[in-house]
Amino acid sequence: MSATDTPKRSMRTPLGRVRNLGAAHSGTSDFWRQRITGVAMTLLMIPVLVIVMMLLGRNQAGAAQILSSIPVALILLLFIFASAWHMKIGMQVVIEDYVHNEKLKLIPVMLNNFFSIAVALASTYAILKLSSGV
Amino acid sequence: MALSIVHRATGIALYVGTLLLAWWLIAAATGPTAYAHVQAFTGSIIGRLIVFGYTWALMHHMLSGIRHFVWDLGFGFKANEREALTWGALIGGIVLTVLIWIIAYAIGGGR
Repeated sequence: MSATDTPKRSMRTPLGRVRNLGAAHSGTSDFWRQRITGVAMTLLMIPVLVIVMMLLGRNQAGAAQILSSIPVALILLLFIFASAWHMKIGMQVVIEDYVHNEKLKLIPVMLNNFFSIAVALASTYAILKLSSGV
Repeated sequence: MALSIVHRATGIALYVGTLLLAWWLIAAATGPTAYAHVQAFTGSIIGRLIVFGYTWALMHHMLSGIRHFVWDLGFGFKANEREALTWGALIGGIVLTVLIWIIAYAIGGGR
């Protein structure tokens, strides 16, 4: 029996190792990120509303011109990034509250990740495309 | 008051509503025809109701979220404070939504 086969000795009990990690198995990191992204979106809300107001009633050419300006693109990119992360965590909390089967839970959790990333990437791509003017 | 479930429900609505936001941005990046489709939808009665509902969900979720921040920081747990925060989020959400739509129509979004 080589040294690597020897199980690591630890004073910590199995219960002690998983305690406080919660249903997400990642401790409080999601809780904290949920708050960061929430504060970020609250701070960005007024600029985002101003941008939406600026776009109202304009045709595609007018909208594209506004969306391609650097401050507008940056504010929207920040807002998209924060909201995608925020909604991914939020939906995961909902899933973990209602789906208790550990294996079954993987399906909605994965779909949630796919959806959030797809929405974020699609929106980001659209803004970058407008900014590059192609 | 059972407002925490409203916070959750508006969160889920906003989650689905991001599809509309993504569709709108992609259409703007695609071209005039695609953008006209979005405008035809958001300009219709159903579209306007959805965007109005989306505005309310966003404003309510934001204020209700601020209420949770106050609690996270350890304040506002007295009975009268809880009531005030809850009513503030409920009434504030409606007031902000109506205000935003008045401004939107005033600057020509109603066309």
